[in-house]
Amino acid sequence: MTTRYTEDHEWITVDGDIATVGITAYAAGQLGDVVFVELPEVGKTLSKGDEFAVVESVKAASEVYAPVDGEITAINDALEGEPATVNEDATGAGWFVKIKLSDASQLDGLMDEAAYNAHTA
Amino acid sequence: MTDTLLKTPLHALHVELGGKMVPFAGYDMPVQYPLGIMGEHNQTREKAGLFDVSHMGQARYEGDEAALEALITADLSTLNSGEQKYTLLLNEKGGIRDDLMVSRPWGEHLFLVVNAATKDNDFAHIEAATAGKGKLVRLDDRALLALQGPAAKDVMARLCPAACEMIFMQCGTFELGGAEVYISRSGYTGEDGFEISIPADKADAIARLILAEDEVEAIGLGARDSLRLEAGLCLYGHDMDENRTPVEASLIWALARTRRDRGDFPGAAVIAQQIEDKTCQKRVGLKLTGAPAREGAEIADKDGNIIGTVTSGGFGPTVSGPVAMGYIDRDFLEPGTEVDVLVRGKARPATITKLPFVPANFYRG
Repeated sequence: MTTRYTEDHEWITVDGDIATVGITAYAAGQLGDVVFVELPEVGKTLSKGDEFAVVESVKAASEVYAPVDGEITAINDALEGEPATVNEDATGAGWFVKIKLSDASQLDGLMDEAAYNAHTA
Repeated sequence: MTDTLLKTPLHALHVELGGKMVPFAGYDMPVQYPLGIMGEHNQTREKAGLFDVSHMGQARYEGDEAALEALITADLSTLNSGEQKYTLLLNEKGGIRDDLMVSRPWGEHLFLVVNAATKDNDFAHIEAATAGKGKLVRLDDRALLALQGPAAKDVMARLCPAACEMIFMQCGTFELGGAEVYISRSGYTGEDGFEISIPADKADAIARLILAEDEVEAIGLGARDSLRLEAGLCLYGHDMDENRTPVEASLIWALARTRRDRGDFPGAAVIAQQIEDKTCQKRVGLKLTGAPAREGAEIADKDGNIIGTVTSGGFGPTVSGPVAMGYIDRDFLEPGTEVDVLVRGKARPATITKLPFVPANFYRG
């Protein structure tokens, strides 16, 4: 499994042709206490850069963008009742959606962990 | 960019405390500290929080009080020494130029506290309108702190016991930390608490003195906003502005009965007509389910007709859910009325709710 990062602080972990996507712990820390996550419908197709989810903290709403093209195959329903999971475990239980990749080569354009750490340093 | 922003006398302290600094009304201000907005909100509701509100405008007014009274909605003849009133500065159409506190902490003269973003305009307007009759003296050399929360009185009992003898909306001059301070028992959170005007050069030392008390944490503008929203208090420039009258803003209570009878405030005819007609939109509270509604979100009836607009909204940590305020058509004012708020195009159910969302915890003696 490979994990890649975007400049907008999404992470994407790929297993076969299914990718799991969320926001980074750094992003969650910057947003503060997450109080609501608006997720898309399963089956929706996304193009890289599309706004597909919204994270609401106490103060503000922030958009989350698709790191790659693909189709939503699952959403993390548990966030509806427990949005704080995004703060507690951003890269684990706080995942947002699963996407079936249309073009795996798009991953090559994203940052690896070292590059992302440098980006947020 | 930060070098064009103004700094309050507590700026270095905010940075030292790890405040996340953001531009607000021309000042570089802490939106939150490491405790976070939710933690700071709960701290203030449960214990005590210290807010730097030095960006707000402080001034003394001396001279002909009728000249000042003509611009606002209070009856200054009933404002006794040691008392404070909430009042509104109106334009000729009855629109709200600002909301402010007017008080007599010194026995004579008046003490004014106005909003940060409007202070230059307010003071220029008051000076122009009272020229030759009164004198407005800006107190830019003073900081303003707010100590808020149920434990605020316990802290004050140790630092300035005499101030604890005041009840809600009383004020006076006291000594605190070796400085002469003006304290009022009031605030912007719905909690008991004090607002403390301090000479700028003593502000840092006094803030540290207060923060050294066990019950107190520093609180940023983020929690200040969620606290005031739950308390149903208006944020100027959002929940009211020059295009909204006290009738629309549901602030008729700030219009002194005597002034209303005399009709001698700016825009009196417009306001009297609105009171009689009962047709204008009014400000209400809304409780939502799911996503918080932010400023600008449209309010619709259950048939999808647009009936109003959200003017401020967010998540209420004490309510434990999203809350908002907005202006809505007359037919929908009744608490309990079910409406929808359109959040990013999605209709979210909302219920018109009596303000405040959280019961006020003022000390009334």
